[in-house]
Amino acid sequence: MSLPSADGGPATLVTAGHRADRQPAPRKRKNFLGRQPLGLLFSAPYVIYILGVLAYPLGYAVYISFHDFFFTAPGVQVDRPFVGLDNYITVLSDPAVQRSFANIGVFLVINVPLTVGLSLILANALNRVTRLKTFFRVSYYVPYVTASVAVVGVWLFLFQQDGLVNALLGPLAPNPSWLTNSWLAMPTVALFVTWKQLGFFILLYLAALQNIPDELYESASVDGGNKWVQFWNITVPGVRSASVLVTLLATITGANLFTEPYLLTGGGGPDGASTSPVFLMYQKGILQGNPDVAAALGVMLVIGVLLIALIQKRLVGGKED
Amino acid sequence: MSTLNKAAAPNDENHGDDDGVSVRRRRRLPGTSGPGKTAGVEKRRNLGAGSFALLALGAFVFLFPFYYMFIGSLQTSPDTSVAGAFPDPSNVTGENYTNINNSIDLLKGLANSGIFTGGVIFFTVVFGLLVGYALAQMQFRGKGLVFGMMLLVQMVPFQLLLIPLYVMIVRDYGLADTYLGMILPFAINSTAVFVFRQYFLQLPSTLFEAARIDGASELRILWQIAIPLVKPAIVTAILLTFIGPWNEFLWPFLVTKDQSIQPLAVSLANYISNIAATASNPFGAILAGACVLAAPAVALFIFFQRQFISTNIGSSVKG
Repeated sequence: MSLPSADGGPATLVTAGHRADRQPAPRKRKNFLGRQPLGLLFSAPYVIYILGVLAYPLGYAVYISFHDFFFTAPGVQVDRPFVGLDNYITVLSDPAVQRSFANIGVFLVINVPLTVGLSLILANALNRVTRLKTFFRVSYYVPYVTASVAVVGVWLFLFQQDGLVNALLGPLAPNPSWLTNSWLAMPTVALFVTWKQLGFFILLYLAALQNIPDELYESASVDGGNKWVQFWNITVPGVRSASVLVTLLATITGANLFTEPYLLTGGGGPDGASTSPVFLMYQKGILQGNPDVAAALGVMLVIGVLLIALIQKRLVGGKED
Repeated sequence: MSTLNKAAAPNDENHGDDDGVSVRRRRRLPGTSGPGKTAGVEKRRNLGAGSFALLALGAFVFLFPFYYMFIGSLQTSPDTSVAGAFPDPSNVTGENYTNINNSIDLLKGLANSGIFTGGVIFFTVVFGLLVGYALAQMQFRGKGLVFGMMLLVQMVPFQLLLIPLYVMIVRDYGLADTYLGMILPFAINSTAVFVFRQYFLQLPSTLFEAARIDGASELRILWQIAIPLVKPAIVTAILLTFIGPWNEFLWPFLVTKDQSIQPLAVSLANYISNIAATASNPFGAILAGACVLAAPAVALFIFFQRQFISTNIGSSVKG
């Protein structure tokens, strides 16, 4: 892998040892583990972390979702019978769950295209601007680095019944107001998340734009292509792989929605118009003590996201995949 | 594609000033060249007034809520009219900060957020540097497996882990209301590990071979040679890691019931959803708390904005 010639003599020794390591010999055990077996020790904390905090819980989630599982005091042994798909049936037949999936659908339909479009347009402009570049860049990622809880406070203030937004709209202000209107609550949440996350996606697009060679733009303008032609025929295809990534990440972020419906619309109101699946997982699993149902909901949500992601990859990725 | 980008990144910086003109003629490097350098080189691709207005409008939309948050936090009585967006000396007070501080201990909340975030950053930097170095400059059995795990992990959705982690950490291990319970699920940020590996990979392997031949131990090579060369990576990784726990709400909200250990994001959220209704000027107090929660993150990122640029993020996410 790394240049064998660089280390001269020892390299040949090691290569020879590598070939012979099928016969166990004490002298060669070191080579069996590689040239720097200490690498295993260096990786150990990370590997233990991944196995303990990510891999094991992942399997545990699936286990919980197929069993009659409930909370117990630490160390208490109880019987947790296998119940097959019961938890999944409970989840699927719950109207609140169906509603929350529909809500997420509304959210994604608004949030994802808006995120992809706006972040590409702003990144493209930001890439070419010469004055105030740093100022623009910083102001775009400030919402992204700020806690949702903090900015939720000011959005509540802006979008309340007699808030600044409605004051500006005057007679056009919706009644009931944005976050208490069952038609507008989810779109307002989607708008909030778009605003909050856009800076991160602008940074991703900025990185992708660096890969488009300038010659393409030069020859296009020699051929008389205007800015729009250049944007559609050079920029958009040139950042296609970034577009796939932005679409997938925006979808995954959207599926994880919790803080915004919890705080912006007071727990998914009005009348469940803005509940999200993760909010229901919290409600069912932890507040109502049905972790098995919540785990099944989590598994279904992830499967749903994977399916959407596959479709999106086809749609956005075009023929190259 | 992505390797091209990575290979290009260090060159961009090297060519920055000395032979910049010749390089720019062939291939302009918009991301890394500063404002002054590109001016006038290629008028064709300079920005029209429309695009500049678009950028300015964007900046307004992104920044105005922050300005309004600050103005609102200083108002004696909330003024939601258009005039309220401008400071009014007769309506300015620091009382909201006192009020929120009486309901939730702001300093304690900040300290808890700091311990939570600091713990995650500590584990990420210590163990991330070790595994990042091993993945980049050491040959050992199972290396491919560790690398594959690191990539896979970044795709595991947190909502799937929510219930089992809650069962394990809160119920089985009894780590509710502890800092460890908060930190554990986030302890080592895999994106930061990836950033470390990328930076270590850019160092010439001959450097390390030579040190090994001279008999230096791996730990000493890492500490005395490798780490001093990747200081920018450490800053980038700390910034990347910081955003997660400082802003995280759901997990610390689930594991902490005791207010004296809650990070500020959690205690402020509880204030918004429970107590605010009974306060005399709830929005003033909420916005004051929001300013306190937002200020450290915003200040940090403005101060280190150079380290938080597209190439760093791009290489870390694209793989």
